[in-house]
Amino acid sequence: MTETLPDKGGYVVAAYLVFLLVLLVYIGIMALRISRLERELVKMHEIVDAQREDRAAAPAAATPVVAPEPSEVGS
Amino acid sequence: MYGTRLRLLSIATPVALIGAFLLAAFYAPMAANEGISQKIIYVHVPLAIVTLCGFVFGAIMAIKHLRTRDPRYDLKSYVAIHMSLIFGTAALITGMIWAKAAWGVWWEWREATLVSFLIVFLLFCTYQPMRFSIEDPDRQARYASVFAITAGAFVPVNFLAVRLADAYIHPRVLTTSGSGLTPEMNVAFLAGIIAVALLFTLLWQFELTNKNTRFKLRALRRKLGDDEVAYGRSAAPRHFDAPEAAT
Repeated sequence: MTETLPDKGGYVVAAYLVFLLVLLVYIGIMALRISRLERELVKMHEIVDAQREDRAAAPAAATPVVAPEPSEVGS
Repeated sequence: MYGTRLRLLSIATPVALIGAFLLAAFYAPMAANEGISQKIIYVHVPLAIVTLCGFVFGAIMAIKHLRTRDPRYDLKSYVAIHMSLIFGTAALITGMIWAKAAWGVWWEWREATLVSFLIVFLLFCTYQPMRFSIEDPDRQARYASVFAITAGAFVPVNFLAVRLADAYIHPRVLTTSGSGLTPEMNVAFLAGIIAVALLFTLLWQFELTNKNTRFKLRALRRKLGDDEVAYGRSAAPRHFDAPEAAT
């Protein structure tokens, strides 16, 4: 491969490209990790929402459904 | 926690990198004996220097961890060594490309600088498998710190040993008697070191922020009663994988 390079300039380009490539690969890995964090955040939102719904539903289920007292109707 | 520092570094690093590469390309003159291939040193040598400094920094953080037993220092040490391995890989590859251009060979086993760097690099390559092999987080952190200190001590020892060696063919850039670089070359070279050091610091901070955020998220999930959070064996520090970490 090296024989086809025009001169030593090809080596310089290759060295800087390696640097760029390593940097890009690392940025790609970081992007994947951040997307994983985002997924975990979504999961947490779901858990919080589910717990909130459970909490809201719990008192309603515990309280028996009765007709309101006559005094409460007007208030 | 890292907001302002990260933002500043995120702006400064690309500016410094672009500036350093422009200086190397257009400001620094072509070396008379070596030609254009000498331009590789503006990326290769800063990478190698920052790699070795990163290993030493990891060792210093490990000392702090052993002294204080603060798990944050273990995390800092782990991330510094992790980043140094990435930078070291780039330094080795760019060095091989330079060797091919300057010497006509990809690797020279008789050259102490190359071999000593490879030894230090391979030594630190065993750091992560060593961590992975220890299941207990506290023991893992302590053993890893001891390893990081011992391996980190090899860096200055190797540096001195190579300097004291009589015969070498690898050019010396950092010397007390002058590096053989012109003032313009020195400017470009120093700019390269600053830029690569900034890049290392930026990625180190990114990695720390990412890991801290993940630890806190997992701890919060556990606090919320999510039993699906998996805690498999990991080479990364796991001190923060506890419900109290979220507080």
